[in-house]
Amino acid sequence: MYTASDLRKGLKIELDGYPYEVTEYNFVKPGKGQAMYKCRIKNLLTQTTQDRTFREVDSIGKPDLEQRNVRFSYEDGQHYVFTDPKTYEEFSLNAKDLGEARYFLTDDIEVSLLFHNGAVIGVEFVKPFVEKQIVETEPGVRGDTATNVTKPAKIDSGHEIRVPLFISQGDWVRIDTRTGEYAERVARR
Amino acid sequence: MTARPPGPGPGPAHPLALRSRLLAAIRGFFAGRGFVEVETPVRIAAPALETHIDAEPSGDRWLRTSPELHMKRLLADGWPRLFQMGPCFRRGEHGALHHPEYTMLEWYRAPGDCEAILDDARALLPEAARAATGSPAARRSGIGIALDGPWELMTVADAFRRWAGWDPVAAFDADRFDLDLVDRVEPALPRDRPVVLTDYPAAAAALARLKPADPRVAERWELYLGGVEVANAYTELTDPVEQRARFEACAADRRARHRDVYPLDEAFLAALARLPPTGGIALGVDRLAMLLAGAESLDAVMAFRE
Repeated sequence: MYTASDLRKGLKIELDGYPYEVTEYNFVKPGKGQAMYKCRIKNLLTQTTQDRTFREVDSIGKPDLEQRNVRFSYEDGQHYVFTDPKTYEEFSLNAKDLGEARYFLTDDIEVSLLFHNGAVIGVEFVKPFVEKQIVETEPGVRGDTATNVTKPAKIDSGHEIRVPLFISQGDWVRIDTRTGEYAERVARR
Repeated sequence: MTARPPGPGPGPAHPLALRSRLLAAIRGFFAGRGFVEVETPVRIAAPALETHIDAEPSGDRWLRTSPELHMKRLLADGWPRLFQMGPCFRRGEHGALHHPEYTMLEWYRAPGDCEAILDDARALLPEAARAATGSPAARRSGIGIALDGPWELMTVADAFRRWAGWDPVAAFDADRFDLDLVDRVEPALPRDRPVVLTDYPAAAAALARLKPADPRVAERWELYLGGVEVANAYTELTDPVEQRARFEACAADRRARHRDVYPLDEAFLAALARLPPTGGIALGVDRLAMLLAGAESLDAVMAFRE
């Protein structure tokens, strides 16, 4: 268990069975009263935030969280299999576990998995940008370098993103996995 | 120690220059009203016992959390009007509105009461603000607070009934009181004028006298500017028997919470019997300077922060 004085930005705590991260925290102490900590906390399962004030008398749960850095091995149609390069332990995740991240996987890419009570609750790419090839889009408009006008384009995983008009089928693009958005075109053959 | 973040360079517009004008104006205000400025020990043998205030040890003594007990000893010797402005220390208090070392202004009137102190505060704040910034106003989160306009007085019971849905005078609950004060009452207080919360529950009296006409409440008020607590005033408790009982109850409470227990200040308790009816106040100078500067954190008005 934590006590209120352990609270700080970034601390992960457990409330009502849910893991939360403290995203903001302020020390407050009224007049002759006790020290309190006004926090903004983010539910790590739902990503929703709320405000919560903790008192000195409150004891705060410590979540069973584990972070593992693993590499993507293969997909068998139903499962996505990752391997811990140090222990060779395998982790088999489904599409729901991975969410949008499954569209951005590439061979051997390094991914950080966050487990809560043994279940995966978070997937992050260690390097947030990935390179993907455009497999389907309307023909590119040569010379139109505007990036604020976009068109749909499919990447090799079948996922559709928005890209600028000058992108052509076969081009490689860099995608920010945190937002799922196009970042830039990359030269690659 | 880190230097304060960038802002205006050294010069009259700098918050430290504002602060300097504020300090001078405060001293001028009290000198003009016949107050004597005193300097009492910073390292003391017996900090006032309060459940939630921890003193910083300094060798075999402690750094003062307030000059209150020594100032009352001087008042008991017959000084009628005293003030002091200087450093105080509270262990572990760190935040946008807290710093373990800060500047406190205290003033006392003997004879006097917390009403007389309120009159002083109403005169001091606009005058000091005008000297510091050219305008009798404070500012918090962009909202101006006219210090020379009406001050809104509200009892703690009314504020809690209105915004927290219960009456802490009828039935006190210390943990709930603190939590609802910061979560419900302080955020709801009017932002555009000075607000004075009065008539604190007897259980939150600290060193204040209970109201003779209604002993369920203490003669204590607190000033809020823009929802920020700035000053705490009492009609001082002058009964040495009750004061000793409160200190002892507090010592037991601190012991139960595994916190340091400070010795009783016997010289203070002996002097208390000779103290006439007295009004007194502690005002956070750093917070006032911050509010006059329109800053959101004490960082702006402290030359250095830990």
